[in-house]
Amino acid sequence: MLPTIFYIGLSALLFVIGVCGVLLRRSTLMVFMSIELMLNSANLALVTFANQRQSLDAQIMVFFVITIAAAEVAVGLALLVMIFMRKQTTNIDTMTTLKG
Amino acid sequence: MELVIFVITAIVAIIGAVAMLTSRNAVHSALFLLLNFGAIAVLYLLLQAPFLFAVQLIVYAGAIIVLFLFVVMLLGAERDEEDANPIRWQAPVAITMAVLLIGEIIWVLVRQSQDGLARVGSSDSDFGSPAQIAQALFTTHLLPFEVASFVLLTALIGVVVLHQRRS
Repeated sequence: MLPTIFYIGLSALLFVIGVCGVLLRRSTLMVFMSIELMLNSANLALVTFANQRQSLDAQIMVFFVITIAAAEVAVGLALLVMIFMRKQTTNIDTMTTLKG
Repeated sequence: MELVIFVITAIVAIIGAVAMLTSRNAVHSALFLLLNFGAIAVLYLLLQAPFLFAVQLIVYAGAIIVLFLFVVMLLGAERDEEDANPIRWQAPVAITMAVLLIGEIIWVLVRQSQDGLARVGSSDSDFGSPAQIAQALFTTHLLPFEVASFVLLTALIGVVVLHQRRS
């Protein structure tokens, strides 16, 4: 078996790439995809620890995370389509209506 | 052997993630994200999680990416992104912070790896099989399972309400 640190390191690297995506890209679609990437890297860390501890609880948690991610993507993309119909753009800088 | 598979899969996953981050076309980004999800699914197999391997492929690769591609193509928003960022100092600060974060994570991992990350349990060949997952899911974790069904129902209703035509 490989050392746990390999998997956790890969998971951390993917998470940081996801953070960069959220911070650097200006399209809401790209921000959304980066969030999915971050969720996935967190899942990878959870599965790694489930394997290390030989305990199924973390795998069950990953199952629920995937469920929530599916629901989140459905609602989020529906919102994106609505915003696009109103503003004709997916640029995140145009969505400032909630700014105080 | 396991190390070879891990290294190849990890490289594929990282290439997929970086290409998703850098490609200008949203369709290409979604496809690179699919590559990344596939690589992570292979890692789940290495980590004795065959059930999650299947779920990852079905839900992420099969449903979520298809939904992304649908929306990108429906909106025709493949290249809808200006190059000029109005906040000019954001990119360098973000990259600096990301490098700091990864350095910090690696430092903590290396420090912990002597004792905290040691492997404990024995390698049970049946561990993580769908039968064991189902056993845990329908006994210990039955309440969260039911709550998850409500969450999915709420998302379904929410999407339908959002797209109602108001006359």
